[in-house]
Amino acid sequence: MLRDIDLAIARGSVVGIMGQSGCGKTTLLRIIMGAILPSGGTARVFGALFSDLSVYDNVAFPLREHAELPDELLRDLVLLKLQAVGLRGAAHLMPTELSGGMARRVALARSIALDPQLILYDEPFTGLDPISFGVIVRLIRELNDSLGATSIIVTHDVQEALGVVDYVHFMAAGRVIAQGTPEEIRSSAEPFVNQFVNGKSEGPVPFHYAAPEYGADLELPAA
Amino acid sequence: MQIVAALRQRLGRLGANVTSHVWRLGFASRFLAYLVMHSGTALRRFRLTIAEIYFAGVLSLIVILVSGLFVGMVLALQGYDTLQRFGASESLGVLVALSLVRELGPVVAGLLFASRAGSAITAEIGLMKATEQLSAMEMMAVDPVARVVAPRFWGGVISMPLLAALFSATGIFGGYLVGVQLIGVDAGAFWSQMQAAVDLRDDIVNGVIKSVVFGIAVTWIAVFEGYDAPPTAEGVSRATTRTVVTSSLAVLALDFVLTALMFTGGGHAQ
Repeated sequence: MLRDIDLAIARGSVVGIMGQSGCGKTTLLRIIMGAILPSGGTARVFGALFSDLSVYDNVAFPLREHAELPDELLRDLVLLKLQAVGLRGAAHLMPTELSGGMARRVALARSIALDPQLILYDEPFTGLDPISFGVIVRLIRELNDSLGATSIIVTHDVQEALGVVDYVHFMAAGRVIAQGTPEEIRSSAEPFVNQFVNGKSEGPVPFHYAAPEYGADLELPAA
Repeated sequence: MQIVAALRQRLGRLGANVTSHVWRLGFASRFLAYLVMHSGTALRRFRLTIAEIYFAGVLSLIVILVSGLFVGMVLALQGYDTLQRFGASESLGVLVALSLVRELGPVVAGLLFASRAGSAITAEIGLMKATEQLSAMEMMAVDPVARVVAPRFWGGVISMPLLAALFSATGIFGGYLVGVQLIGVDAGAFWSQMQAAVDLRDDIVNGVIKSVVFGIAVTWIAVFEGYDAPPTAEGVSRATTRTVVTSSLAVLALDFVLTALMFTGGGHAQ
């Protein structure tokens, strides 16, 4: 599915991997995850919350699984992480009581519970309202810089993501077809990138999915 | 020619069916092996397993105890009716106790356990999978088999023999209520004949072996169906149904096999 992938990601940067749905972004993310072997050092954000655990217990989960901490210290750590995403006051709520944006922030707090070196975001912006969106963008940047971590964001929300990343890899059909800083991508002459960034319905990616001749499909008599 | 083609197609379908069932059985066996090998967490952090014992065992108590009581009472009624024709109504205690300890206790408790706890285990694991909570765990480098499946498996395996024992005990009490208190069989004969006739090795231990085997079978099927369920609403509902059907049949089939083995093994010649 993927061909000729060669990525170099600078430590401490926020990097975007962009491209159409189905171009292999998530596969690439999985490969990165597999290569690193999740050992608490990496975290992929926005996994589903555990629906039968409170917000507090959700954030405490990775700490309880991977570290034997006294309750006092555990409590401090969890509140610290929740404070970082602005949801310390929601610690007692259950996931069903949260809005979509809040649930993501909790998932974010849970992912950084073990202070990862590398944070992987898989479609972090899908289905968020503008305010939650702005909050997540801010958090990605803040958490990356305060943890001294490296972040990789896989997304197809180009305009929004271009505002937060330092560098972009653009993918199509399993290859990286363009890369550069957000400015370089915005002004790219590559027709696919141009279509994608500007959200045009016609371009190298046609509006119509490949199909047999329209007339033949409707079984019209040949004109 | 058409008949041959149709026949060939049927045979083909049968073959495909058999292969897929055998494949699934193999997959389930490997799952069990993996599960047992990764039970360290469930046993080391035994609190996780205790929570599941509460869930599968303690919460099943009501249905088990009430059913046991009624089964014992019916046994006494039916048994008395037959025994008194031969003037052997004092043997009522023996009849009730042996029926319960050898057969009805493990089997009926197993069936109830499958529908009460087995279905719940499948639905819970299936739903956790469908809502991606299991993959969220994997992302945190936590093995969902070790953290979610193994505690439920051991919780069920530990609960089942205890439930079967309680079922038999309340059943015997129910038999006593009807036989002695209601019908008026002599209490001394009821208990002393039971004491004399029920053998620890041949009856009680064999009954316990059965309930352990049923516990393993039912919980294994339940956790496997849940873990293997397609992550959709229909997938989880089908898996839950399959758990109840498959594990009920497994209990009955295993009961036959075990009974046959225990009887041919001698010991009941007297």
